[in-house]
Amino acid sequence: MSEAAIDTSGMKVTDEVVIEIQHMHKWYGEFHVLKNVNLTVNRGERIVICGPSGSGKSTMIRCINRLEEHQQGHILVDGIELTNDLKNIDAIRREVGMVFQHFNLFPHLTVLENCTLAPIWVRQTPKKDAEEQAMHFLSKVKIPDQAHKYPGQLSGGQQQRVAIARSLCMNPRIMLFDEPTSALDPEMISEVLDTMIELAQEGMTMLCVTHEMGFARKVANRVIFMDGGEIIEQNEPEEFFTNPQSERTKLFLSQILNH
Amino acid sequence: MDFSFQVISHNFPYLVSAARWTILISFLGMLVGLLLGIGICAARLSHHGWLRRAAALYISFFRGVPLLVQLLAFFYILPYAGVNLPATVAAFLSIGMCSAAYNAEILRGSLQAISPGQREAADALGIPPLALWRRILVPQALRIGLPSHINELILLVKVSSLASVVGIGELTRVAQNITGQTYRPLEIYMATAVIYFVINALIAWGGRRLERRLGVGQR
Repeated sequence: MSEAAIDTSGMKVTDEVVIEIQHMHKWYGEFHVLKNVNLTVNRGERIVICGPSGSGKSTMIRCINRLEEHQQGHILVDGIELTNDLKNIDAIRREVGMVFQHFNLFPHLTVLENCTLAPIWVRQTPKKDAEEQAMHFLSKVKIPDQAHKYPGQLSGGQQQRVAIARSLCMNPRIMLFDEPTSALDPEMISEVLDTMIELAQEGMTMLCVTHEMGFARKVANRVIFMDGGEIIEQNEPEEFFTNPQSERTKLFLSQILNH
Repeated sequence: MDFSFQVISHNFPYLVSAARWTILISFLGMLVGLLLGIGICAARLSHHGWLRRAAALYISFFRGVPLLVQLLAFFYILPYAGVNLPATVAAFLSIGMCSAAYNAEILRGSLQAISPGQREAADALGIPPLALWRRILVPQALRIGLPSHINELILLVKVSSLASVVGIGELTRVAQNITGQTYRPLEIYMATAVIYFVINALIAWGGRRLERRLGVGQR
């Protein structure tokens, strides 16, 4: 990631609410993982979620596309409520892309096939159109020349960029990132963050669980701190980093910023 | 009685011709075993309790009863039910149904070895169950299980000799017949053993090549 300030002209937060989480609770058996989570996300927001491990941040974003089920409260995505209704779940998953810590590419398919599988099967896009679109997004993440290789032949950073391209091929309106750079070697982190910055500049709504505080400062319009399954504090980045309110936030920031 | 290569060379064409039946029965048996095995494995992992129990029952039955008994039962009982199959069809179906039990368990193990992240990625993309199984889970499971499936095929080639008891002219049966005529068991069974060995060596070789080729994606 370059140190220069980035062009923020394309990053516009609108009044339109795209995600609404109300009084959400989740338990794993006896363990209360998420406690009364309330969060409203407007279109165009770039939200960074941080917190100690086990604080529930990944679980929270995984509830948004129903990789995890919540037991109490409501989640609305684009006005559709997440219930056990499979039709609603499908509709929401079509709008929400996700990038995982361990990429989760399909190892037996080429990069191109990884990108075309969902458009062909979910959106019934003709194969040729799906391939054209895949090449477009692979160019965007700067690896069109790797299209016919298998994931295992690429570096970690390249694999994660393929994963981002694979999500974009579904034309999502919201992107979830679950620690996208945590499994990467240090020299590959910036190429993935640069791709994410570009997405933000194009106005993508993003929720990102990450410990990359430089990214949070530059790109996020809001930083959320979670601990013990609760949202402890949220603020715009400058305020969040320079003037944290809660003791837990201060402790966390001192641990990750001064080591 | 001296060892006679002449006996072997004289009867070799008959043995090779019989080996074609051995190969046909075992390969068709494997095909039936794989396809049916996929279905049984899917039932074994189904959300429906009765399907899971039916699959478990199938597996325990076909693994628990000797194939020879299954073959005889298939061959002699089906006609009572009004089903008259040619002997070879009865043989490969019976071998296939037994093999399906083993293939289903190999597949189940392979499916459980696939990282849960694969299913999550597919879910997040909204990929429907049919495509998830056809394009993501089964192809990966077959790759993971390939050495075990090759093992199973090699076993089937040997096990196909049991079809001799229902009168199919496969390798072992023909070897028995020739021995009966020539009184030369040593030469004939040695030649027979060599033919079985060569078939299985070729399968093992093909399996290794296939593993290397499919391994490209796993690097």
